[in-house]
Formats: sequence, C-alpha cells, structure tokens
Amino acid sequence: MTVNDKLDNKFGGASVPASQLDSSFAPPVDASCRVPLLVLFGGAALWLVVSSLLALAASLTFHMPDKFGDCSWGTYGHLQPAADDALLYGFCIPAGLGVALWIFARLGRTPLRGALVPVVAAHLWHLGVLVGLVGIFVGDSTGFAWLEFPRGGSALLFFAYLLIGLWALMNFSGRPAGAMFPSHWFLVAALFLFPWIYSTANILIVGWPVRGVVQAVIAWWFGNNLIFLWTSLVGLGAAFYFLPKFSGRPLQTYFYALFAFWTLFFFGSLRGVPSGAPVPAWLPTLGNLNSMLLIVPVIVIAIIGWKTVVGAAGPEGKDSSYSMIRFGFVAFVLSALLQVAMSCPQFARLTQFTWFGVAQTQLQLYGFFAITMFGAIHYILPRAVGIEFAFPKLIRVQQGCAMLGLIILVASLAAGGVAQGLKLNDPNVAFADSSKAMLMFLRASTTGLLLLLLASLLFALNIFAMIMAWHWSLVRAVFAAVVAPLPKTEVKA
Amino acid sequence: MLLVSWSAFVLAPQLQLGGAKQVPVLNSTEVYPHTRPGEANQGLQVYRANGCAACHTEQVQQDGVACDVVLASAGKNPDAVSNLLATLTLRGLSQEAAQAVSDKITAAGGKVETHIVAVGPDIARGWGLRHSVAEDFLYDNLVQFGSLRIGPDLAGVGSRLPDANWQLLHLYAPQSVVKGSLMPPFRYLFTTRKIGAAPSPDALNLPKEFAPADGYEVVPKPEAKELVAYLLNLHADVPLYDAPFTPVVVAKP
Ligand code: HEC
Repeated sequence: MTVNDKLDNKFGGASVPASQLDSSFAPPVDASCRVPLLVLFGGAALWLVVSSLLALAASLTFHMPDKFGDCSWGTYGHLQPAADDALLYGFCIPAGLGVALWIFARLGRTPLRGALVPVVAAHLWHLGVLVGLVGIFVGDSTGFAWLEFPRGGSALLFFAYLLIGLWALMNFSGRPAGAMFPSHWFLVAALFLFPWIYSTANILIVGWPVRGVVQAVIAWWFGNNLIFLWTSLVGLGAAFYFLPKFSGRPLQTYFYALFAFWTLFFFGSLRGVPSGAPVPAWLPTLGNLNSMLLIVPVIVIAIIGWKTVVGAAGPEGKDSSYSMIRFGFVAFVLSALLQVAMSCPQFARLTQFTWFGVAQTQLQLYGFFAITMFGAIHYILPRAVGIEFAFPKLIRVQQGCAMLGLIILVASLAAGGVAQGLKLNDPNVAFADSSKAMLMFLRASTTGLLLLLLASLLFALNIFAMIMAWHWSLVRAVFAAVVAPLPKTEVKA
Repeated sequence: MLLVSWSAFVLAPQLQLGGAKQVPVLNSTEVYPHTRPGEANQGLQVYRANGCAACHTEQVQQDGVACDVVLASAGKNPDAVSNLLATLTLRGLSQEAAQAVSDKITAAGGKVETHIVAVGPDIARGWGLRHSVAEDFLYDNLVQFGSLRIGPDLAGVGSRLPDANWQLLHLYAPQSVVKGSLMPPFRYLFTTRKIGAAPSPDALNLPKEFAPADGYEVVPKPEAKELVAYLLNLHADVPLYDAPFTPVVVAKP
C-alpha cells in the first residue's frame, strides 16, 4: 500500500469506491458550501450564456461585415474581447473557485465556516465582471488581451478573489493534520497565482504604466500564466480529485503527480512571449525553451490519467460527469501538446498571427477547463443543495452539444489557421487571399459556436432551475416555520 | 517559484528596457524615435477603445537580411557590363555572393553598390522595410502589438497608405475602397447630417452606393480624425543598429 492509499482510505479521498464516499461527514460539508456555490455557479452560468451570445455575434461579422458598422456596441473589436473575458472571468474563474472551495471542504472533511463572506465576495466578483464588460463596450478597455477590464472592474475582481481565496485557505488549514492530497497542491498554487499575476499586470500596465514594449511583455506573461497555468492547475486539481473517485482506482501515483506539479508550475510559468516579437530576443527564447520542456509534465500527466482511468471498473452505468471530466482531461493533453508544438520554430512560424492560436486557446479554456467544470458542477451542485437537477436528461444533451460544438470550433479554426499561415508565409500570395482561405473555416466555426450556445443555455437552464427550486424550498420552510405552532422548549429559550 | 517567473518576465525586462532612450539612426546624425504628435497620440487611444488590435498586428517580422547588388554606373564599357549583368543574380544574395558578384562587375568596368535589405513575406508585401523593434514603441504609453492578422499588419501603414482621405473613406466604408473587404465599417465614428449653407470641407467624397441621401453629408467625428492622424503616423522606416537596411535614395538622373 502506498502512502497515497493510506491517506486516501483514512480521509475518504480518492481510492474508496464512489458508493462509500458519501459517508456521514459529507452532507454537513456539502451543505456548508451551498449558498456560496449557488452564487458562484449561478453567476457563472449567466456569464457563460452571455459569452456564447457575444462570441456568436462576433463571428457573424465575418458573414456580413457591413451590418456591424452603426453602433459602437456591435463592433468586432468590442464583441470578441468581451466574449473572451466573459468566458474567462465570467465563467471559468468563478466556476473554478466554487469547485475548489468544495474540494477543499470535502477532502479536509471540514465544513466551510462563515459562508457569508464568500457569498458577498461572489456577488462582488460578478459585479466586477459586469463593470468590466460594460467598460469594454463603452471604449474603456485597457487594450491588452485578457486584461481588458478597466480599473473599476479589475479592482472588484481582485478583492473578491482575495476574499474567496482566503476563505478557501482557512478551510484548507482547518483540515485534519496530514491530510494533503495531490489536488490540494494544484488548487492551493492556483489560489496564490491569480492575485500575484493580476495585481502585477494591473499595476504595471494600467495603474502606473511602464514604458513601451515592457507593457506587452508583462501582458503576455500575464495572459499565459492565467490562460494556461491557472486553468491547468485548477482543472487538473479537480480532475485528480474526480477521476479516481469515479474510476475507483487511486491516483496513479502520488509521486508522478508530485513531479508533474512542480514541472508544470516551473515550465508553465516561465513563458508567454511569442517568437519574433519586437522585444529583446532572450525573452521569446526563454519562453520557447520552457514551452518545449512542458512536454515533460504533459507526458507524466497523460500517464497519470491513463493509469488511473483505463481499465478501471468505473461507476455503475454511464455517468456524464465522468465522461465530461475524462473529455476535459484529453483536451488538456492535446492543448498542452499544441503549446509544445507551437514553440518549435518551424511550426511557430507557420501558425503565428493565425487563427491557430485562437483554436488552441479555445481548446484550453473551453475544451479542457469549462467541460471539466461542467462535469464537476453537475456532480457537486445536487449534493450541496440537496435537490436533484430539474432536467437530468438534458445533461446528456448539454454534454453532447458542448463536446461536438467544441470539436467543430477547434478543428475548423485550427485547420483554417494552418491554411491561413501557409498563405501568409508565401509572399507571392496577396493578403486578401489569405483572408479568403480563412473565410470558409470561419463560417464553419460559427456552427460550432451555435452548438456551444445551446450547451450554455441548457447548462444555465438546469442551474437556474436549481436556484429557483432552492428559493422555493426556503420560502416553504419559512412559511412552514411561521405557520407551525412553536414548541414549548423554544418559547422558553 | 512565482518569484522566479516574475523576475524573469517583469523585473528583468523593465531593468533592461525601462530606461531605454532614443537611438541613433544608422549612417546618420539623427536619433529615433520621436514622440507622436498630440493628435496621433489621441488616435492611439481611439485605436485601443475600438479594439482594432483584435484584427490587426503592429509588428512586422523578417526572416533575415540579404544583399542586393545595384549598378551605380556602367563605366566605360556599358555593353560588356550589361551583358554580364544579364547572366548574374543580383538580388537576395548572401554577403559573400554579393561580394563575388560585385567583384565581377567591377572587373568588367562597372561600379556597384551593395544594399542591405530585409527579407521575408511581410517585407515582400510592403508592410515595412525592416522588422519592428522595441525602439519603435519607445514613446507609446500603450503598445498594441496584437496577435491575429485578420487584417494586414499596420506597423508601417502610414508609409504605405499616406492619404488621409483614403483612410477616412476606408474607415467609413471599407468596401468602398477595397472591394469585398472583410473589415467592418466604423460608421459610428462619423456623423451624417443635413448639408448646411455650404457643404463642409471635411465631408467625405463617397462613391454612389455608399453616399448618404441627397442633401446629406458624412463628416468625420474628432475621433475619426485622430485615428487617421495616428495611422498616418505609423511608419517605422529608418534603419537602426539592430535592424539595418540600406535606405533607398531617390535615384540620381
Ligand atoms: C474584424 C476585423 C477588423 C477590425 C476590427 C478592424 N479591421 Fe482593419 N482591416 C481588416 C481587414 C480584413 C482588412 C483588409 C481589407 C481591407 O483593406 O479593407 C483591413 C484593412 C485595414 C487597413 C488597410 C491596410 C492595408 O494595408 O491595406 C487599415 C488602415 C485598417 N484596416 C485600419 C483599421 C482600424 C484603424 C481599425 C479600428 C478602428 C480596424 N482596422 C479594425 C479587418 C479589421
């Protein structure tokens, strides 16, 4: 028996069959997270729908550019960044924070105390996203990718994150001594990562801007650390919790995970500047070197997933959370391999400035992270709220739309990116031909976005129905309490 | 760990570049760059606010440099020299090859100059004379590199399309000047109004399909003018130590 197995059996982490997991400690722990999770996931679902709508609108620009000229709210340069930010800040981060809160409480078997603070913070977060998105549309964007939110929005996000992160860490430190699981490392690292990079980037780019190209270097560093590293840490933290839980086999193995964690963190954080950028050459060189070395953690992570899942008994019947988390895991490996490929000079040259990079980002953010979160949220929320989803059948449909839509989107953008790159790199081809080569693929990608919109709507439908059912149960409970005659003991007290 | 990454990508670049100054222009007494005029600087903010960087990059790339051998004078024996030239490759040579070629021509009595030129698809498209370098952005307090080329690179657009009217027409109705353009129009940066006592001198001279109804005119808002001032100010076309090329001097008669 490995160290891991012992710990797991002791603390109900990974290795016990799923059926025995929800033992007596679970219900109070789940219930303690209820309200924060409802706020975090409810807002996330709303922003997911907003993001899908914005992305679809942006994509329509390429079908009929002329229709988008009369109003500054409908211009591509507003729609596209807003769609990206609504996905990242609106959906991914609050969903990840909610899942992390719950995993901490579950793994540590410690109920969340003072839940009011994360509830308020979650509201602040969503308010920050709203302020930020409106800021983009009225022309207050900072102009840096993934960092567009103007000061007001980003300050709210920062403080909301600090509060939620603090509460998660307090819960973490309240766990029984010695209960430390691989998921913990990934999630704790992510909790620290965001405030650090977000404050640095906002202070040095927006607050007291540094000069010239240093701004761009910092923005690239920030973007990579958030899009790649933060989502990888949280998504893998969740996957390393759920995969063993579903497969019924302990995480294979503790030491592989430890190695993957440190190498991922090290190589993953030291990159971001693309080759050819007008900055001192050592910056892209260092970044590319570390991108290539990412192959090491990626292989190890793939092995962990393979050994943990393949051939294991798995849950009884089909479980859509399990399929989604497995899908997300495969998407992670693919996305990270694309990162490695894009750091090779030949391939980088072909794909730079094309839609290929967009495809990779979508694979990371949506294919890996969002779909992993869907799986996790579908598992967590009914337990935390104590109510089943109103439309359980739709979860399968949602899963199908999300996966298929994502595959269409990523495949068409990636293929289009290569087609575009081949033309861009051939000086004898006019620029307009490279756009034309792209157009067919762009239009195909709109189909993918339509399916993703459907997936977002179905997801939001179940979450909102759950929130309503919960409100309704509150109303009924209050009503029952008011109507019921008070028992004598309580009158005395 | 966080500190390592922060030192490498935040602190070190700032230490290296934070105090950067103007640099000398190659083979000249001038320095580079100059601050952008006020209107162009405001235009950069319009560029940011409207998200032009979602579709445009401002970073010309190059693969390397090559040498072009250019005949300065044919000397006393022009026929022999021109016969010789017909048999030689004169463009895109390595330094040694260029030396060999110019030796041959000199031996035949001609006089040659060797020009250094940047090469690569971006250069061939005329997007710039050399790759973009950090110095180009020294005085911009907002750097808009962009990452996706849905539209052409704009780092040198001021040299390529220096006509303010063209730029205004293109912003108002891209398809009026570039057939089948995919760029969305920015009509909201313009006002359409009834022609007053006399037509405004700023009014756009639009082709028929794009023109407003009779008796109306389209005039740019201040933002549109600032944006065009910025676009016209975008030219990174002086040779520098870390991005050399031989400027083409207007041919002497
Ligand atoms: C949806 C993407 C998109 C957005 C947003 C966009 N452009 Fe373009 N732009 C294009 C495309 C495509 C072309 C090439 C076709 C053409 O010349 O119209 C282009 C061409 C240009 C050109 C001509 C360049 C050349 O070398 O021919 C200029 C100048 C320009 N855009 C400026 C701007 C400015 C300024 C903004 C922001 C206000 C902007 N663009 C926003 C897509 C876009």
